[in-house]
Amino acid sequence: MTSGQATPEGSAQPPALTIDALGKKCPIPIIMLAAQINDVPRNGIVAVLADDPAAFSDIPAWCRLKSHHHVGSYELPQRGWAIHVRRNY
Amino acid sequence: MHHAWCDDWEVAYFDAASTEPLHPQAREALIAALDVGWADPARLYGPARRARMLLEQARTEVAEALGARPDEVAFTSSGTQAIHLGVLGTLHGRRRAGRRLVTSAVEHSSVLHAAGIHERDGGSVETVGVGLTGAVDLTAFRKAVLAEGTALACLQSANHEVGTVQPIAEAAAVCAEAGVPLLVDAAQTAGRMPSPGGWSVLTASAHKWGGPAGVGVLVIRKGTRWRTPLPEDDREHRRVPGFENVPAIVAAAAALRATVAESGTESARLSALVNRIRTEVPRLVPDVEVIGDPVARAPHIVTFSCLYVEGEALLTELDKAGFAVSSGSSCTASTLRPSHVLEAMGVLTHGNVRVSLPRGTSATDVDRFLSVLPEMVRRIREDAGVKQ
Repeated sequence: MTSGQATPEGSAQPPALTIDALGKKCPIPIIMLAAQINDVPRNGIVAVLADDPAAFSDIPAWCRLKSHHHVGSYELPQRGWAIHVRRNY
Repeated sequence: MHHAWCDDWEVAYFDAASTEPLHPQAREALIAALDVGWADPARLYGPARRARMLLEQARTEVAEALGARPDEVAFTSSGTQAIHLGVLGTLHGRRRAGRRLVTSAVEHSSVLHAAGIHERDGGSVETVGVGLTGAVDLTAFRKAVLAEGTALACLQSANHEVGTVQPIAEAAAVCAEAGVPLLVDAAQTAGRMPSPGGWSVLTASAHKWGGPAGVGVLVIRKGTRWRTPLPEDDREHRRVPGFENVPAIVAAAAALRATVAESGTESARLSALVNRIRTEVPRLVPDVEVIGDPVARAPHIVTFSCLYVEGEALLTELDKAGFAVSSGSSCTASTLRPSHVLEAMGVLTHGNVRVSLPRGTSATDVDRFLSVLPEMVRRIREDAGVKQ
């Protein structure tokens, strides 16, 4: 269940903001993302840390609906993923 | 409009894709057949002959409705059992051709579970992905089917969660080219839409078309290699073990006959109501994704996901307001995982609602649904602290 090959460290751009949604069930990680995406500058990266399987598929879907960019999802060492989203506008 | 089959008169039942209420003609046939069709159809005395005649008449009717010959049709104890036997029996029969099974990523869980058994037995399974509408990727499907050692390919006629109709004719052409049998799970379309062609194995479930629960159909085209994966048994041309439930089979055939006869007008009417929901929900509710193919779809199913809404909360509110619907969101599943169908499509899995309309659904009930939904979603979002 990985959609990105690279590790967060290996990705081109470090996140400008990290949202810790570990242990939170969907849709809470997405509500947190939507509330905070405008806290980073345009083209900035938000990393959402989440371990609910629904977040893994829903954050890319949210990006598609909201015209932001899903950069990649990187497995975390313990559990869950760092899901990177680039603010497009 | 409310129906005798809802004991709670306030409930608008919108979950036909789970089970269609018993058709009145099935009820009538069931009660009559309980009295005359109870004997063992395999025996040679009078009541047995009568049970056998009823069973064979039902077989002929079901065969005709599904585009098959009567001797190709076997009755199972459920649609799930039909799929298990269809998948595993065809793989078993074609062992020498190879051990590869090809399925789409959005098949019913019974197909995926049968595939799991096949893998544990040392076979291999290739799961072909789908696009955003839920339709199988035909290029990938073709490549998978043409690969050496493919014993069977499975594709549903229409998806049970989002209603998208699969390209069966194209898939069947690919399978014919490769000399691979195609199993079509027609659970959501049997009786509602014309039966597709080109399959080698077809499965269906009576309670989805208004028959009683406990009757499935397994159709194996003449010439298709098939061997039972279960202990041998004499029943149903040695294809299905166990004593046939003749009264339920008779009722299933009566329901199918009635549903097919009505489907010309009723499917069109339900399809128009589904169109209304597909158009109105995104107009009335902000941040909604309507899912599945808008045109190539089953007549009775519509699915949408509401951003920032917990599926379980929405189902609970809809239940309180008198609407019976289902959801593919993880919070509503016993596994706490989102539906594999929605995941494979790459659509939103949270805030998901599937509306599937049974025969006789009134426009009034659909209008009432559309009138209560916006405020319900707004309130759930407000409670979750979403800025609106």
